Amino acid sequence: MNPIAPLPLLAQAASPTTWPTVSPGGGTAWMPPAASTAAHHADFVFYFIYWVAVFFFVLIVALMAYFAIRYRRRAAHERAPGAATHNTALEITWSAIPLALVIVMFYLGYRGFLDMVNPPADALPILVTGQKWVWSFTYPNGHSDTELHVPVDRPVQLTLWSSDVIHSFYVPAFRIKRDAVPGRYNKIWFEATKPGEYLALCAEYCGTQHSDMLARVVVHEPGGYESWLSEASDPFRTRSYAEVGRLIHQKRCAGCHSVDGSANIGPTFKGIWNHQVALRDGTSVLVDENYIRESILYPQKQIVKGYDPVMPTFQGQLKDREILALIEYIKELEK
Amino acid sequence: MTAFSPGVALDRPAGPRTDYLRVRAGLASWLFTLDHKRIGVMYLVGILGAFLLGGIFALLIRTELLTPARTVMSADRYNQFFTLHGAIMTFLVIIPGIPAALGNFVLPIMLGARDLAFPRINLASFYLWVLGAVLAVLAIVLGSVDTGWTFYVPYATETTMGGVIPVLLGAFVLGFSSIFTGLNFIVTIHKMRPPGMTWFRLPLFLWALYATAIIQILATPVLGITLVLLIIERVFKLGIFLPALGGDPVLYQHFFWFYSHPAVYIMILPAMGIVSELISVFSRKHIFGYTFIAFSSIAIAVFGFFVWGHHMFVSGQSTMLTTIFSLLTYSVSIPSAVKVFNWLATMYRGSIALKTPMLYALAFIFLFGIGGLTGLFLGALATDVHLTDTYFVVAHFHYVMMGSTLIAMIGGLHYWWPKMTGRMYSERAGVIAWALVFVGFNLTFFPQFIMGAHGMPRRYYNYPPEFALLHQLSTVGAYLMAVGFFLTAAYLLHALFRGARAPANPWGGATLEWRCASPPPTENFEHPPVAGDPYDYSDIEYDPQTGGYVHVPRPAPAAPAAVH
Repeated sequence: MNPIAPLPLLAQAASPTTWPTVSPGGGTAWMPPAASTAAHHADFVFYFIYWVAVFFFVLIVALMAYFAIRYRRRAAHERAPGAATHNTALEITWSAIPLALVIVMFYLGYRGFLDMVNPPADALPILVTGQKWVWSFTYPNGHSDTELHVPVDRPVQLTLWSSDVIHSFYVPAFRIKRDAVPGRYNKIWFEATKPGEYLALCAEYCGTQHSDMLARVVVHEPGGYESWLSEASDPFRTRSYAEVGRLIHQKRCAGCHSVDGSANIGPTFKGIWNHQVALRDGTSVLVDENYIRESILYPQKQIVKGYDPVMPTFQGQLKDREILALIEYIKELEK
Repeated sequence: MTAFSPGVALDRPAGPRTDYLRVRAGLASWLFTLDHKRIGVMYLVGILGAFLLGGIFALLIRTELLTPARTVMSADRYNQFFTLHGAIMTFLVIIPGIPAALGNFVLPIMLGARDLAFPRINLASFYLWVLGAVLAVLAIVLGSVDTGWTFYVPYATETTMGGVIPVLLGAFVLGFSSIFTGLNFIVTIHKMRPPGMTWFRLPLFLWALYATAIIQILATPVLGITLVLLIIERVFKLGIFLPALGGDPVLYQHFFWFYSHPAVYIMILPAMGIVSELISVFSRKHIFGYTFIAFSSIAIAVFGFFVWGHHMFVSGQSTMLTTIFSLLTYSVSIPSAVKVFNWLATMYRGSIALKTPMLYALAFIFLFGIGGLTGLFLGALATDVHLTDTYFVVAHFHYVMMGSTLIAMIGGLHYWWPKMTGRMYSERAGVIAWALVFVGFNLTFFPQFIMGAHGMPRRYYNYPPEFALLHQLSTVGAYLMAVGFFLTAAYLLHALFRGARAPANPWGGATLEWRCASPPPTENFEHPPVAGDPYDYSDIEYDPQTGGYVHVPRPAPAAPAAVH
């Protein structure tokens, strides 16, 4: 059983519009907005190569077009005016100039890459786990989350691994990408330069929901990261059970269970508390604390009529207190 | 103007029922033939059939991508279709395309030879191709395959799809087909060149096929071993690639790309060879820098072996390796650039005829220019980290594999079509279809560069809605290209039955295949020809009577009168 299986359902149902855009305005013609130190160097290298490439492409196509028109054959028997078959000096020249240019390109790319793979000693370490089809981020205090939160202007080192197939962690705005490979740890680091929300994607094909393996990346203003982490690590400190339940629902349940009465992949949470609901096997059950707890931990046991037994278990994913919070939230929906 | 001396050893057009197509009739005469021309034609039919199948998958993928969410199929179906598209196009179409179909037909005739060195191995190679194709189709029937054409582990060992092993076996068998062809070409070029054809009078298409054959023989066995290891790993779980058993999934990638990167040069080198022929013939001017072009083919073949690691810049291989691979990757760009400059210099002060094959050659230079130059972004480490596994890569390799290799193959097909079939196609239809393919191709793949640079990952079923417009342009381009290809198929088939009779040398080529009849007799030449400079057009004259060109050897200007 895949322990992180519930989350894909969330990812699947999340409509793309609820995610930060990969490439909102504010970038350049060819590049999305740059929000890390690495991005600035990568973009410089990109545009250096770009203008060299544009120059040579225009040169080649212009010469080709000009020759095709200028030396066009007008009669079937017409012969070529020129007869040169080679010119060693010329040929060496047009080998040497590109050679010099590509050596510069190599060097620029190499320098940027070295910066990307050698983190500063004080980088904030975060463990990134790739698993079909969700990213999870483990922070230094042990808190694990499906969102990547980082402080602005501080180096962050990601240690990546996967518990199933190969994934690749990609944040276009930071210009970083690294494979999450089972059986080894890969590392990459970045320093975010602009507070805001960004999108992380999976870039290595990993199956059915590869394209839904997205994660929200939040870059906090100074101080914001610390308060987010303490809040996220212990949501009950400042909230009622029902409020925490609402947050859990948003993060983990909303993909399949609505709270407005509409049917989705699973039944809605509205109007079920303390009601009898019909089951697939023809019997019915009263929705109380015990039924909700059982549905979360053993979802295949009693399936509501009209729905498929597709819900994965949340054993090990939700703590007892969080289950109680969800129950309180469902109760509250009746008010 | 066109008075011939009667003593010229010009092969006459073959009479009725003497050309290779009509010399024997019936299915068995084709299935058991040892004639390289018939085997080439059978390959051509098979490869074009596979191209149609792979193309249909491409159109289905593009249709699904019309909208950011589900359009016409499920995510699993989409994953199967892009896998099948990639596997069919790579292993069944583009790798064998030019060598096995056009090379098979043309190579012995260009050498003035009767056949390849090993006609039976040639036929065996064709049947291995057929077996590989059957296994691929079987894979589709047996529950399909969703691994991507690269079969990365552990995904390929975990997926429950029933078609994985048949597809792997198919690619394994196709590898042998490729090795057989390469072996045959190397021996034939070494041993069967005619009098007068020194290595540096070899047509450049043959230099390209020779360089290709070296890669086919040296790299393909590694793919074979890798695929067998993968099958063993999937069935018996030995722990070669599987991390849970102590294996290394990145090792698989090294093995796979050790073949599959050189395979890119198996695809592009013969295409460059064709373009060298086309540019020279249709400019009626000696190819510029013959020696540089010939050696650049060998250089690409050799350097091509040392760059495979550039597929793994973000996979976790060591920084040292990554750096070396980046540097070596750039080495391949120089011989490629040299070829392009030499082609342009060949056109300079030429007598350029913009016939359909030449239009394809010019399209090649345009598209290979984009495909090659965008490779520079991927060779640089800092930019590759951002661009790898995005649509930028998809666009880059389609410009190289399809925009370059396939376009050159279609150009070559038009160029040798009169030789293969004895018929001319409609030039006007050819130009229209070329324009559709060219515009459609760019419309399909250019937007993908923009998407990729902005962060659109490849192999995505759902995609962020800001990319919808670019995806839609791409899909419209694909439909346009399909119209162009169907039009091409239509006028070529029409030409087969209704086309005007082709002269022996409709284009004014100086290589030997234009000195035998169209279509050639089974034995190709009545008298073994003597080869001269393959790019010397001074003794090729236009003959208005046949509408073609003839070879009129000029007496050497300083030759003394014959003494009696």
